[in-house]
Amino acid sequence: MIRAAKAMVRCLEKEGIKVVFGYPGAAICPFYDELYSSDIKHVLVRHEANAGHAASGAARITGKPAVCIATSGPGATNLLTAIATAYADSIPLICITGQVSTDQIGCDVFQEVDITGAAEPFVKYSYLIKDAKRLPEIFREAFYLAGTGRKGPVLIDVPVDVQNEMIDFSYPEEVKMRTYKPTVKGNPVQIKKICEAIEASEKPLICAGGGVFLADAKDELLKFAEKSGVPAVSTMMGLSLFPSDHPIYLGMLGMHGVKSANRAVNECDTMILIGARVGDRAVRSPSFLSQSKQIIHIDIDPAEIGKNIPVDIPLVGDCKSILAEMSEKITERDRSEWLNEVRAIKNDIAINEETEGFINPKAFLRKLSDRMPADTICVADVGQNQIWCCNNYAFKESGRFLTTGGMGTMGYSVPCAVGAKMAAPEREVVAVCGDGSFQMQMMELATIMQEKIAVKIIIMRNNKLGMVRELQTNGYGDRQIAVALDGSPDFVALAKAYGIESDRVTTMAEAEEKIEKLAASDKPYLLECNVYKLESTL
Amino acid sequence: MKHTISVLVENHAGVLSRVSGLFSRRGFNIDSLAVGETNDPTLSRITIVADGDEHTAQQLEKQLNKLVDTVKVRTFSPDELLTRELQLIKVSAAPNQRSEIMTICEIMNAKIIDMTTNTLTVEICDSPVHLHRMHDLLEGYGIKEIVRTGVIAIQKGSATIK
Repeated sequence: MIRAAKAMVRCLEKEGIKVVFGYPGAAICPFYDELYSSDIKHVLVRHEANAGHAASGAARITGKPAVCIATSGPGATNLLTAIATAYADSIPLICITGQVSTDQIGCDVFQEVDITGAAEPFVKYSYLIKDAKRLPEIFREAFYLAGTGRKGPVLIDVPVDVQNEMIDFSYPEEVKMRTYKPTVKGNPVQIKKICEAIEASEKPLICAGGGVFLADAKDELLKFAEKSGVPAVSTMMGLSLFPSDHPIYLGMLGMHGVKSANRAVNECDTMILIGARVGDRAVRSPSFLSQSKQIIHIDIDPAEIGKNIPVDIPLVGDCKSILAEMSEKITERDRSEWLNEVRAIKNDIAINEETEGFINPKAFLRKLSDRMPADTICVADVGQNQIWCCNNYAFKESGRFLTTGGMGTMGYSVPCAVGAKMAAPEREVVAVCGDGSFQMQMMELATIMQEKIAVKIIIMRNNKLGMVRELQTNGYGDRQIAVALDGSPDFVALAKAYGIESDRVTTMAEAEEKIEKLAASDKPYLLECNVYKLESTL
Repeated sequence: MKHTISVLVENHAGVLSRVSGLFSRRGFNIDSLAVGETNDPTLSRITIVADGDEHTAQQLEKQLNKLVDTVKVRTFSPDELLTRELQLIKVSAAPNQRSEIMTICEIMNAKIIDMTTNTLTVEICDSPVHLHRMHDLLEGYGIKEIVRTGVIAIQKGSATIK
């Protein structure tokens, strides 16, 4: 017999968890007490949401569910934004929360909140453990649910008295669920049909999304695209699937995408959506698109098919095996005529005239990606900084881009970078954020310093909430309200106060030198970039 | 268009809130929802009547299927089903109106289960169309209160949901 809290730790060990991100409190203390004698590394974040975002970063790099922990009540509610973020982006998380004692549930006692109820709309599944004996089985199920099918966050709420019960521990080998059986293998008849449709089409186009990463099918996608000769665009979540300079790759589509990609979407006769859900930022009027084109949609989640766009050929299944099969079946073909037609469209990104005392963020990010190692993980926050990254940071084949395209949660980049760096300490991790988003996460400088996590932080400082400012300028008669970030601190000095190396760049002339210093450092590093307040997104 | 959806789910805590939460979250309108344990006590069966076009019905079925607790979802057209709803209707009835109402109840296959000097309480279990007619018939007397279970449905013939 062991304490259920010990069983929780054992479950995590059995799942191969090496690092967890969390914040303790009274209701989760038995678990922390058992963590004390475990080899699992605990990273103490400075806000529970960041525990979730850090776990998200780790999960996206390892491809496996990652773990975040919070206490009951406010700890758990602080975690909610991170859970919702992971849900929107289909990131596998195991979120463990402490709960008040079973006999007190429903009595509105100190730090009590119905967290399974509150999180219900944006978890893949949730558990409130009332019977300690079921704990090992529930943990096994939770990891299985989070990491299979369409991935997502699973919440496990454990009352403090349950954590203290004694149970027999054995970790189930298998998961037996009669209700949950995700379709993994694609229907061969549909695969054949899709290949024939692509072969019969003159101007096919691949649109690859974050689902391809989730299925670990990047190599299969590249192989298929290269063999079939079909040009490709990507969604924001699908960025870095293709190296930015790949001959068949046309860039990111959508509202903030590039001309070549959007023109290709417009001109194509067949669109092959792979692991992409046709979100509103990617395709504004899906029904308009489907009227003039044949739509092929490949997704692991049957509910995505036909949800946002009418589909001609649907295919449910894991795109790794599907793409491998399609690569085998498809005839090799040179489509350079169609490819050249769309490649001829140049993406003249407005390199605005340099304003004195400011860097050009677009040109700066191009320089940054030129200097950083090929396998660098670039994490973008939300706002103008995100779009600047999407369209200017040049990804190489082993590079990776992380951002929250679904929820668009400000304050994601630094904690996500922390998690990514913990999962891949040998790779460079750069977080790019704005001065608005940075101030939603700057408490994590302490975490970075405490654990000596050598992430590089770049702050695009324009003293504005730039994207909202632009929206107010263009859509609301330039009546700017609540977008000025006056009162922000000197971020260089702030970093120094934490003992983090930092610097500032104010002209493009010194950009290369400053980037070099950042890249050469093997410690945490913060670089503040002065950006003109009216710099445009595109 | 009205759709009747039968859902077999795991019979444990929280399932009903997951199902009902789905409807409001996805903006689906439901007319009624009835739930109860099945012959297999580990399963509950939920019968939902919802309004919407074909696309909505398809989405509804897919989203219900996506719930981890869902064993089976079937959407039926009205001619495949036998449907019943139980209603208790409290109707105003002056002494001189009682016999008229009793005749209506007899013809409509309803039962009077309670009576006061100025009301009658009627129990009726039938198909939605039939119940609608009953409301029309009683309306003139003044319906004071209606309590309904929501529609439950079963396939015609020997077919079952498994």
